[in-house]
Amino acid sequence: MPAMRILIIEDDRQAASYLVKAFREAGHVADDVADGLDGYAMAREGAYDVLVVDRMLPKLDGLSLIRSLREQGVDTPVLILSALGQVDDRVKGLRAGGDDYLPKPYAFSELLARVEVLVRRRAASAGSEPTAYRVADLELDRLSHRVTRQGAEIVLQPREFRLLEFLMKNAGQVVTRTMLLEHVWDYHFDPQTNVIDVHVSRLRSKIDKGFDRPLIHTIRGAGYMVRDSAGRRA
Amino acid sequence: MTGLGKLLRSTAFRLLLAYLFVFTVFAFFTIGYVAWNARRVLDDQIVSTIEAEITGLSEQYRTGGIRRLVNVIERRASEPGASLYLVTTNAGERIAGNVAELPPGIPSRPSPPSATSCIGEGPECQYRETPYSRTGETEAGAHRAIVRVFTLTGGFRLLVGRDVEERARLREVIRRAFGWSLLLVGVLGLLGGWFITRRVLKRVDDMTETTRTIMAGDLSGRLSVRGSGDEFDRLAQNLNAMLDRIGELMAGMKEVSDNIAHDLKTPLTRLRNKADEALRNARTPEELRAALDATIEESDNLIRIFNALLMIARLEAGNARETLADFDAAEVARGVTELYEAVAEEAGVPLEVAVDLDLPVHGNRELLGQAVANLLDNALKYGRPSEPGIAPRVGVEARKSGDRMTIAVADRGPGIPEAERGHVTERFVRLESARSRPGFGLGLSLAAAVARLHGGLLRLDDNGPGLRAVLELPLSPLPKGEVETASVRVRGSPEGLEPAVRRP
Repeated sequence: MPAMRILIIEDDRQAASYLVKAFREAGHVADDVADGLDGYAMAREGAYDVLVVDRMLPKLDGLSLIRSLREQGVDTPVLILSALGQVDDRVKGLRAGGDDYLPKPYAFSELLARVEVLVRRRAASAGSEPTAYRVADLELDRLSHRVTRQGAEIVLQPREFRLLEFLMKNAGQVVTRTMLLEHVWDYHFDPQTNVIDVHVSRLRSKIDKGFDRPLIHTIRGAGYMVRDSAGRRA
Repeated sequence: MTGLGKLLRSTAFRLLLAYLFVFTVFAFFTIGYVAWNARRVLDDQIVSTIEAEITGLSEQYRTGGIRRLVNVIERRASEPGASLYLVTTNAGERIAGNVAELPPGIPSRPSPPSATSCIGEGPECQYRETPYSRTGETEAGAHRAIVRVFTLTGGFRLLVGRDVEERARLREVIRRAFGWSLLLVGVLGLLGGWFITRRVLKRVDDMTETTRTIMAGDLSGRLSVRGSGDEFDRLAQNLNAMLDRIGELMAGMKEVSDNIAHDLKTPLTRLRNKADEALRNARTPEELRAALDATIEESDNLIRIFNALLMIARLEAGNARETLADFDAAEVARGVTELYEAVAEEAGVPLEVAVDLDLPVHGNRELLGQAVANLLDNALKYGRPSEPGIAPRVGVEARKSGDRMTIAVADRGPGIPEAERGHVTERFVRLESARSRPGFGLGLSLAAAVARLHGGLLRLDDNGPGLRAVLELPLSPLPKGEVETASVRVRGSPEGLEPAVRRP
């Protein structure tokens, strides 16, 4: 992942400086600003790849800020952070023009993965979505719904196909369990158990079993990633 | 504020003033109309009297000439309550009559033949109203009269008129009556208003006083209801009902906070102890790292519990109603079951699914998904058979029945004792045996809260053996025609097991 320019609009100074530090450690460029009006000005002028916006901000609240940006034609991806929580807040956030939503408290790995996927998705949407994904010797054809590895077909159930499709679409990218639940099952709740892990391990047994080079990797404390073993991320 | 100021500012008093004004205006118009009509009747009477006199006098003149006319007039003029008479020459010189003087010009201006019998100043009217004075009176124009001037053959002018004193008297009577009645209405109205307003104010003051003590913190206080069923009683009853509801909510809040305190204190203590222990005992970086991992995991659990508590609280408060929409509950039942299928298989528990087609529900898909997930999670975690000889099995059914639908999750575990079953769906009540296990009681509470949000309920039945948790929800009225109720086998159970479809 090339370095991203991230603007953090967050009035909690401690949280903001933690985020700036953590994003820098992950190899990105991060600025932070403490109130909605300054945040709006910086977001409009600065060339940021992604905005991380707290919902409750002084002077201009997060949702109004996003709405104003969208009205001004600024389409920088926005991830909303909210302490408010759940159910309808998420819907309201996305309606206001946010691209993703993360309730507080969150794990930084979750935030990082989501922000990276947002930027990636934006870069990818410049062209049309490819009809096939390929990672090393694994190939997924979205039109014929066929998956092959080293030319041999692997039979997947529909949900397994979608799981692999999402992982391969974000190849080289950490994908968290909640992201998988959101994109593959279209649910945003807390599944309590390790349901996603079991699905991934079943998929892994079909994809990686019998091959010396594993492609589905578990990223400790974060989630999963599909990549060629020679990938950059440790 | 003084008592009088308060009275004057009260709504009741203002209302009274408005009524008073309206009635005054009404009375004014009524009396005015009566007065106007009375005057018209009087005028008509005067006109017809004059008409008759002129007819009679001109008859006398025709038969007896001017001498006879003068005689008759002299005689009539001396009777009490006589009309007014004046006979003049062509040039206006007085010959006989009881009128001393008329405004100059009147006798010499007989009305033209085309004039009608109206009263007015112009030449188009035969009659006119004019001041006059009687013979012997010094003051000119002391009285007023309606007169008609008639030209006799031979050039004599005959004036006949009637005094309008009576009419003026009538007007005076009416005016006085009007004044008095106004005064009476005003005084009585104000007095009555004073009493009524004071009575109303007293009740309002009583209510204000009670509400003030309630606001000051005494939530047990209630407004008094007199039983008369008037609007104050209804208001008091409604306010009392509102206070009851507030009281319930306060009690609920207290219960919630007590439970949150308990639920969060336990894992917080664990978290603290782990960190403390690591600080004291860990020697190597690996040990420290492991301890940190454990604390992060513990805090994630805390967040999870906290989120669940928060969500239940918000559902109970009815906060999620804004984003309700129609969705297919069958899809939710299928999707969530499929999500847990892998876990079930791994645990060696056959998961059987039977879902009717198309179960439209008005609500929140995410929340229903969460509720079903919680029930499934419970069934897989705690639904293992406790006695040997019973094969583990978890069944999920989504059925339509009339205008309602049910999603049932059944296991073959130890179940919940019947005595505790009703208890466990209550808010935040958990089986003591499950308290230490994270999520369990919250899962059921959340499912129950979700069911209530959808206008339904969560029922816990005996599965003999095991627990059968049933979410019963009302179906949403269908926009399009009928819906097939064919039961379909959505997904096969793991190999070697009985057919998946189970009929209730």
